[in-house]
Amino acid sequence: MNVICCIARVPDTAARVKVGADGKSLDPDGIQYVINPYDEFALEAAIQIKERHGGDLTVIHVGEEDFSKDLRQCLAKGADKAIHLKASAPLGPHVISKLVADRAADLMPAVVCCGKQSVDGDVGGTGVMIAGLLEVPVVSKVSSMELTDAGATCTREVEGGTETIETSLPCVFTFEKGANEPRRAGLKDIMAAKKKPLEVEEVAAPESKLEVLSLELPPQRAEGRIVGEGAEAVPELVRALREEAKVL
Amino acid sequence: MSGICVILEQRGGAVKRASVEALAEALRQKDAAGGPVSAVLIGHDVADAADQLKSSGAERIMVFDRADLGHYSSEGYRDCAVHAINASGASVVFVAATVQGRDLAAAVAGGGALDCGYAAECVALGYEGDRLTASRPVYAGKAMVKVACKGSPFVLSLRPNVFDSALTGGGEAAVESMDPPFAEGDLKSTVTSIAESSGGAKDVAEADVVVSGGRGVGGPEGFETIEALAAALDGAVGASRAVVDLGWRPHSEQVGQTGKVVSPKLYVACGISGAIQHLAGMRTSKVIVAINKDAEAPIFKVADYGIVGDLFEVAPALTEAIKSSGS
Repeated sequence: MNVICCIARVPDTAARVKVGADGKSLDPDGIQYVINPYDEFALEAAIQIKERHGGDLTVIHVGEEDFSKDLRQCLAKGADKAIHLKASAPLGPHVISKLVADRAADLMPAVVCCGKQSVDGDVGGTGVMIAGLLEVPVVSKVSSMELTDAGATCTREVEGGTETIETSLPCVFTFEKGANEPRRAGLKDIMAAKKKPLEVEEVAAPESKLEVLSLELPPQRAEGRIVGEGAEAVPELVRALREEAKVL
Repeated sequence: MSGICVILEQRGGAVKRASVEALAEALRQKDAAGGPVSAVLIGHDVADAADQLKSSGAERIMVFDRADLGHYSSEGYRDCAVHAINASGASVVFVAATVQGRDLAAAVAGGGALDCGYAAECVALGYEGDRLTASRPVYAGKAMVKVACKGSPFVLSLRPNVFDSALTGGGEAAVESMDPPFAEGDLKSTVTSIAESSGGAKDVAEADVVVSGGRGVGGPEGFETIEALAAALDGAVGASRAVVDLGWRPHSEQVGQTGKVVSPKLYVACGISGAIQHLAGMRTSKVIVAINKDAEAPIFKVADYGIVGDLFEVAPALTEAIKSSGS
């Protein structure tokens, strides 16, 4: 059972966002880039499927910059091969899904794992769009998943409840935080990963359907005030919430 | 191509509030979009839902009603929606950015379907000349991006609780029954059941009041204090990432980047220092209260009102004060 896992490169969530000189993009200066947090859960799910059902696990990354150190981490954790599709920005889910689907077709995946969204654009489109291009079903925002004889059974948290979803394979799954416990790579695995294939392929990105007009920081909140110290300050807080803020 | 097509979400025959907001916004944008507003309902036994919207102000309601559409299926709902959008000739498509709506909107706009522009979780719309523009948060709200679409149609999902839900009303919509563009029982994936959340616990993303606890709460037991305050305020319990990663609280309560973005009327942060990931997820709350031992904690920089002190003294006193004042 061949498995593909998509890995995105995003600013660390602790990063302070600054707008670049063009007024349309992020200023990358001083920002540390990491594997998209949700993709860590997708990768763990992919590794577990490979361990239980055999087959090859290929991780695919689409991006402009070098990401080999992080892709080696994926290999150390259990992926067999990494493919970096090198394309120039702008790269949104619409473009990335086309590049991944093009490359994925001849890998014949039974399962494609993605994070539910990348924490930069926060769209949640890549996995869903890959499924459409590969003409296979998709289950997004998966919080638990189990392969069955007929395909897979998943759960997903929605507003006010939990859905159970059944699907046949092949299928694309996008993972929510907490779907599993991502492993750490051991020293031996890290050494062994150096011998695994990491291929960089130059690709031409199709045109983006969106045009970015501006990127701005949200307005600052007005400075508040310290009402007081300890429990004695509570009556004044309640008064302020009732009379000034009018939220009680 | 002109006009707006709104793909509605319903559960049990009732149209979701977030979808009513999307429809209401479409009706407000109607003149600018230069065409009629069509609405699309997909499900089973949705005739009542269609009736509710007859006098909403929409010109046309397209209904896909069949047993195999009773629960959500990404591919099934996508194919119905694409069929309806094409039939409507709309140049703009609105979907509520719920869990289901975000899945559906991406599926509809993807290269395998309409192959068009998609802007997710939009919070403001505008025009530059005759081009529709959409503003949406990125980096969990640390920045806002404004985008326009090249070509047509333009699919947008609208963040719930942002757009006014008041429908303009007027006229009577033509209700049309549509055939799904696939044979019954052909779906490869579908929701088979929905378990409602137990105990009536409020979803942190939907509540008007959120009381959150951080590492300062000290452990899972300490959250009884947070729960008591949340109950007194008729609100939901939230948690910082640190607390969720420690296993003290479920991920469904996490506020901030890699959790939920919230904007309640009142947000009370207890024992939360205010890491940048957390601030990104709650900074659009109307009023923020912080209770923390450390007067230098970054949370006080975004709080409207702060109390420096031990949350185990302050929070119970606040709980009592609210209970005794009967609000």
